[in-house]
Amino acid sequence: MIAEQYPKIYLYKRIVQAKLFIDNNHADKIDLDNISDEAYFSKFHFIRLFKTIYGKTPHQYLTAVRIEKAIQLLGANKPVTEACFSVGFDSVSSFSGLFKRIVGVSPSTYLAEQQQMKAQISKTPLAFVPSCFAFQHGWT
Amino acid sequence: MTHVCVYVLNQECAFDFYTNKLGFKVKMDVPMGAGARWLTVTPPEQPELEITLFPVTIGQKFNVETVKSMTELIRKGTFGPGVFTCKDIYATYEELKSKGVEFMKPPTKEFYGTEALFKDDSGNWFSLAQLV
Repeated sequence: MIAEQYPKIYLYKRIVQAKLFIDNNHADKIDLDNISDEAYFSKFHFIRLFKTIYGKTPHQYLTAVRIEKAIQLLGANKPVTEACFSVGFDSVSSFSGLFKRIVGVSPSTYLAEQQQMKAQISKTPLAFVPSCFAFQHGWT
Repeated sequence: MTHVCVYVLNQECAFDFYTNKLGFKVKMDVPMGAGARWLTVTPPEQPELEITLFPVTIGQKFNVETVKSMTELIRKGTFGPGVFTCKDIYATYEELKSKGVEFMKPPTKEFYGTEALFKDDSGNWFSLAQLV
């Protein structure tokens, strides 16, 4: 029953494993050729299937994951250089350029905005909670 | 709609489930004192929808009896808060399954698309769908 409805299960399993490999190893030097080898695909076939499923090539996806992790680190008040190198970029300038292109502001601006918001949150936390929920909690 | 509420039994565990298993992003994480948190997450591709992970604890809304009843109802899967749609249900199903998400129904073709059913760590049921 499931097999009939799910004819490409082996393909999905391999592509999903490759995606999870990128998620879990984004900070390391990832050789995308090795990923396609491990997924038992030719490089071309692998990239085509990956893009069909995730809408990005493996390289584009790796970049997106790194930027997303950098956003989390900056949100946790880590300095820009630390965020850059922690997520696997080699150069702060290329990191900053990519970050700005994807997020819309530079990493340093993003960090400053996050710090400003956190300061505001600690000053007036209730201002960030819609009243209906605050009332349910008894936060008034 | 911009905010919805999902009642959870343990906010810390729910935080782990929704971020690390489902891949949702934290939108607001505001300490409210005495260990309480205002915590919202958003689906990765729908940042405008904040899902409040609301712990079932004694407070203005819930007394001891209500907490007991709600806990029992959530745990036994009474509530189905919503439907999540995705671009490729087979890939999403494989990924979530490999992360330990419990599915009650594998991807199955329906008239409106392909649908699977999973539950969160508290017991809330959700549909995961790829629409036609």
